[in-house]
Amino acid sequence: MMVFLPDATIARLQSVANWPEFEGERYAILDQIGRGGMGSVYLAFDARLQREVAIKVSHGVPGADVERRLNEEARILAALEHPGIVPIHDAGRLADGRLFFVMKRIRGATLTDHVQHPSTLSERLGIFERVCDAVNFAHARGVVHRDLKPDNVMIGEFGEVLVMDFGVAQAASASADLDTVLGTRGFMAPEQERGLEVDARADVYSLGAMLAWLIGSHRPPRALHAIAARAMAEDPHERYPTADALAADIARFRAGHAVDAHRESVIERVGRFARTYRVAILLVAAYVVMRAIVAYLRS
Amino acid sequence: MAFPPTRHSVIERLRAAAGGQRSAAFGDLVEGYWKPVYKHLRATCRLGPEDAQDLTQAFFSNAFEKGWLEKFEPGKARFRTFVRVCVDRFAMNARQASGRVKRGGDVRLVPLDFDRAEAEVHVQAPSTPPDAEEFFRQEFVRALFQRAVGAVRQEMAQSGRHVHFTLFERYDLDPAEGVSYAGLAAEFGLTESQVTNYLSLVRRTFRTRALGALRGLCGSDSEFRREARDLFGMDVE
Repeated sequence: MMVFLPDATIARLQSVANWPEFEGERYAILDQIGRGGMGSVYLAFDARLQREVAIKVSHGVPGADVERRLNEEARILAALEHPGIVPIHDAGRLADGRLFFVMKRIRGATLTDHVQHPSTLSERLGIFERVCDAVNFAHARGVVHRDLKPDNVMIGEFGEVLVMDFGVAQAASASADLDTVLGTRGFMAPEQERGLEVDARADVYSLGAMLAWLIGSHRPPRALHAIAARAMAEDPHERYPTADALAADIARFRAGHAVDAHRESVIERVGRFARTYRVAILLVAAYVVMRAIVAYLRS
Repeated sequence: MAFPPTRHSVIERLRAAAGGQRSAAFGDLVEGYWKPVYKHLRATCRLGPEDAQDLTQAFFSNAFEKGWLEKFEPGKARFRTFVRVCVDRFAMNARQASGRVKRGGDVRLVPLDFDRAEAEVHVQAPSTPPDAEEFFRQEFVRALFQRAVGAVRQEMAQSGRHVHFTLFERYDLDPAEGVSYAGLAAEFGLTESQVTNYLSLVRRTFRTRALGALRGLCGSDSEFRREARDLFGMDVE
């Protein structure tokens, strides 16, 4: 007997038919929680450690050389202990050849979803600085992300900011077929899009794109716009040399100081000075006015 | 429930075969496409049940006799889109010719259960004409999956794996709120690992069946790989 399958069941079957099968009994897939250009993310239960984990599985099947590089990278990633980086607990290859990465399960929302709720520019820049901090930490240990975007940043239940998928993009890109566009257009550095060798400055570009995306609807001051533009310079040599340098310029902006990316006019400098010290200026002005009134009354 | 026991595309089979073999190849094609065609005529073209039934029969009969579908060129579009465009042209010509379509030829390649298809149309009941391409694609997938689920059910029954299929029904086909591996394990007297393994087997069988049928309904190998990726997010050889 042929049973009618509603749309929801069809979607479910599309998902479960491709759920990864692990050797042994350690990981049991519970649900699919995401799907991107490079792979799908599953919620799973780790029977050995009795905890839920997230498992990312690549779409493609890589060769042996890529697997060697993956293992090397996984060892580096395992050593990346930073509160802003989602650690990879395990990595390997499924029986069907696909790669998998077992990561900490984060409860919260992606940055993409998080900014749907009202937030101030200052809050967004605070999140951005923490992303830069995590990325800079990884860069200092020789790990380039290669796919930084709002979907790869999680805001946890307690406001923690976590960057996901370090190292995943490289392995996934090496295993994907040539027809696939890897990374995410709009957030990917031009040299990466052209398939050239990339370094940490590709991540700086992606951070700049993320900054531009974050401030998009806030009619940003020119200095902030200039920071994003410098981070996204076409030539990698013209970008901030490190994520730390980019974060430092953001910190200067938030503190009301001049930023490296933008040469101010005299009017802008006066305006910034007035905004930064407006309380003190108002007090002095009030004092001067009061003295003037007193002097006038005495005369 | 016959699935094409072949790794060739539908066009390769139709072009290579002759006589009875061609009928068999075309029968596989009709089995995969007749229901999407019928529903497309009902929902998108807004034909009544009788006209849609007549047109569906006539379309496949004419396509078989005149070799329309063999003219497909893989570089131009997906085979599925080509079929839909052929149906649209056929329906338009039939309307212009007589206002009402007559069943064509005596070719009956597979039994077409229009009553069941009509019942499904009523369940779905789109209030406005849907986007033709998207609707046809979804109905193509629905027909494909329904056949694959039926084949899995049969295979599990024949091998005595009734519990396997029941778990598949309970967890994947029609999951109740809060259903879990642990709950199913307790209910069926299994361990959670057994539930995991049973479900993995049925899902794998479903995937194999669905991909086997899909390969037989695509116009080329590259189209099959693209369709498989769109459907399941996976790369296939």
